[in-house]
Amino acid sequence: MANSEYVIEMRKITKAFGAFKANDQVDLQVRPGEIHALLGENGAGKSTLMNVLSGLLEPTSGQIYLNGKPVKIDSPNKANSLGIGMVHQHFMLIDAFTVTENIILGSEPNRGGVINIHQAEKDIQELSDRYNLDVDPTAKVADISVGMQQRAEILKTLYRGANVLIFDEPTAVLTPQEIEELIEIMKNLVKEGKSIILITHKLSEIRQAADRCTVIRRGKTIGTVEVAGASSEDLATMMVGHSVTFKIPKQPAKLGPTTLQVKDLHVNENRGIPAVKGVDFSVKSGEILGIAGIDGNGQTELIEALTGLRKIVSGEILIKNHERANAAPRKITETGVAHVPEDRQKYGLVLQLSLAENLALQTYYRAPISEHGFLDYGKMREHAKRLIKEYDIRTTNEQLRAGELSGGNQQKAIIARELDRDADLIIVAQPTRGLDVGAIEYIHRQLIAQRDAGKAVLLISFELDEIMNLSDRIIVLHDGKIAGEVRPETTTEQELGLLMAGQTQAETAKEEI
Amino acid sequence: MIKVNSTTRKILIPLFSILAGFLVGAIIMLFYSYNPLQAYGSMIQGSLGSSVSIGETLRQATPLIFTALGFSVANSAGFFNIGLSGQALAGWVASIWVALAFPNLPTFVLLPLAIIAGALAGAIMGAIPGFLRAFFGTSEVIVTIMLNYVALYLSTYLMQDVMPAHFRTSQDATKMISHHATLHVDWLSHMFGDSRVHFGLFLALIALVVVWVIMKKTTLGFEIRSVGLNPFASEYAGMSSKKTIIMSMVISGTLAGLGGVMEGLGTYQNFFIQTASMSIGFDGMAVSLLGGGSSLGILLSALLFSILQIGGLGMQTGAGVPFEIVSIVTASIIFFVGIDYVISKLFKNKDNANKELPKTPIAKEVVTEEKDAQEGGRL
Repeated sequence: MANSEYVIEMRKITKAFGAFKANDQVDLQVRPGEIHALLGENGAGKSTLMNVLSGLLEPTSGQIYLNGKPVKIDSPNKANSLGIGMVHQHFMLIDAFTVTENIILGSEPNRGGVINIHQAEKDIQELSDRYNLDVDPTAKVADISVGMQQRAEILKTLYRGANVLIFDEPTAVLTPQEIEELIEIMKNLVKEGKSIILITHKLSEIRQAADRCTVIRRGKTIGTVEVAGASSEDLATMMVGHSVTFKIPKQPAKLGPTTLQVKDLHVNENRGIPAVKGVDFSVKSGEILGIAGIDGNGQTELIEALTGLRKIVSGEILIKNHERANAAPRKITETGVAHVPEDRQKYGLVLQLSLAENLALQTYYRAPISEHGFLDYGKMREHAKRLIKEYDIRTTNEQLRAGELSGGNQQKAIIARELDRDADLIIVAQPTRGLDVGAIEYIHRQLIAQRDAGKAVLLISFELDEIMNLSDRIIVLHDGKIAGEVRPETTTEQELGLLMAGQTQAETAKEEI
Repeated sequence: MIKVNSTTRKILIPLFSILAGFLVGAIIMLFYSYNPLQAYGSMIQGSLGSSVSIGETLRQATPLIFTALGFSVANSAGFFNIGLSGQALAGWVASIWVALAFPNLPTFVLLPLAIIAGALAGAIMGAIPGFLRAFFGTSEVIVTIMLNYVALYLSTYLMQDVMPAHFRTSQDATKMISHHATLHVDWLSHMFGDSRVHFGLFLALIALVVVWVIMKKTTLGFEIRSVGLNPFASEYAGMSSKKTIIMSMVISGTLAGLGGVMEGLGTYQNFFIQTASMSIGFDGMAVSLLGGGSSLGILLSALLFSILQIGGLGMQTGAGVPFEIVSIVTASIIFFVGIDYVISKLFKNKDNANKELPKTPIAKEVVTEEKDAQEGGRL
């Protein structure tokens, strides 16, 4: 047995949630003193695997070896004591405490119940100096930059004796300069003998920082490669893969007038940080415009701005030549917009209300469903029965609570409600997330039918297959900006993958040569 | 585990809670050497044993129906209205004030006017926390609790320093209202042995129907329920959650205000200094929760509460049980209703025994993760 070849070895890890396997016989081997990237799309199973390693989840089967010895990691504390530390994507820090107080929290050095804070501060200062982390142990977390907060998190794991550090999407919240610094820090750490597992889906970071890279797709290990010997395309292909495509035949687009025009749109996310940073695009009637991109690059804020759920900072939104920036959702709806929201259970449905009530959620206030402020439940049920039949929603009856329908039928109900209103602009976000193949095909057919009927369709999806199959044009959103516009018939998934990972079209073209 | 359908279940759970409450009360009485059978006997005797006691029980239930309805409307919109006491007090003061200001107007003008004044005062008191929550996101729990104190001391100030002096008989109480403003009707009172039961009882029954219609049959009620169940989806569907929350609090305050009107124009016929927040406010919350927020449930649980309260007096005189024990029985019933989740485990729902969604946060996380994983899984 190779006793010291790998510091961490995970063999045939399977983690099942019910019938679904988030990890299916995944292997991961990390050498001491390397930065090992774990690459995969959203939901490929990276987090599940790391949660298994850090003791948050127990694997259904499989074995973890630490320095060649089998170990059982059944709690985060166990992982800690084995020297495995996690630097979380969302920092686990208390704002009102100092860096030192945060770091010692849970393992306070004390003498007779009195915390020896000065000793702790000294130790932390030493650690900070040793790894060039530049953290002031006496500063309050609320007063320091995001980058320093992250370094405080790193210190926390080091203070607790971590030998293997897991970085979960560490660059998601950092500025480009801070990313450079972080990569330097990681290189320093491995120079000092630590090992790092870097979870990411950004190719550029892997190329800059990692020694080797393991790619996971659909919960399975695709392979491990030396980063130096692999191109970005290789990695993108491994990440995205070539899955079965069931292309739905579609006629060439018959373009009509412009239905949606977005000009220099700026939108902030909840914390007031810019999320959409100057986006221009338009959708004509009779076409499907796909917006591709990795989760968290401004898609959610863009849709919310278009549908009135979020205020914009600046820019213009013209729907059928009416200015609709910062208009109320109902005003936008009545302009002729249908919206299939990203999160169907939070935004699309009121799960405790009946299917009939949910199907009337956008039209309940108008005749024939209500008159003079009084609801006509008879009419509401008739309306529901018609939609159930037309859109093939599988349910025992229209009085069933929406929460009791299957995911696919919940989505069908939303599609039915939205498409039935005969809107000119249809905004659909992640329409097939979590659905089975049959439901996906059904929804795709519906969207193409709408396009052929002369509607303008704006499709936001993280799934490349879906974007490629349905769109007439594709724009790629990265970091709140449009990274490029391509046509599905002339682009490749690799090119899209690179654009999604933040390369510009010029760079992409260069690499292709 | 007993398998029953969902309707039977809805009835069985509160019944079982009540039974358990009485049982605990009996154990406590046995512990202190009181005879529980005799005590419960005199409770029934005291509350339902004679026409006058029935009248008093109905009179006691009248304001409770209003405050409980008020709580249920706000609760449907996801608003926990603890300010029912203050809203009721505002209604009481306003109705008495109007009644004393125009004592000689004919009944068909003065009575509605005084009632509307009380309703309006309650509505304003209710609108304040609704408005604050909708526009500033303040916690309604804190605001309504504090407003209870505002109402309590404001009512004293208004009576002692703002009302014209000739409205008062002393520093502590107003004059009686004229017979043009009273809810008291002779035939009803006579029917129940000259008890204080008054016409407000019928108004309460009407309110039960009206609230049911508003909540179940109007677009406003649909919006209130929808916003309460899922504010995100409601906003997405073009409802204004701000407007809906304020409207629900206006209705809630109106109903609570009417509860106060019942005490003023019905029970007491005047206003006198209050030293603590009105109990009908807090009892109304319990009645609403016990009744499951439905009109029929509220009617029945308001009657139950009144039986406990009026009958409690009977327990004291008839069986020598201190009123504190009665309070314990009432409290244990509320307690058992509060933990109806435990009792509901006894009666498994036959209709969807196997379909129930996971409820714990952990299970939810797993579901989300599973969903995300599937999404990535097909890329």
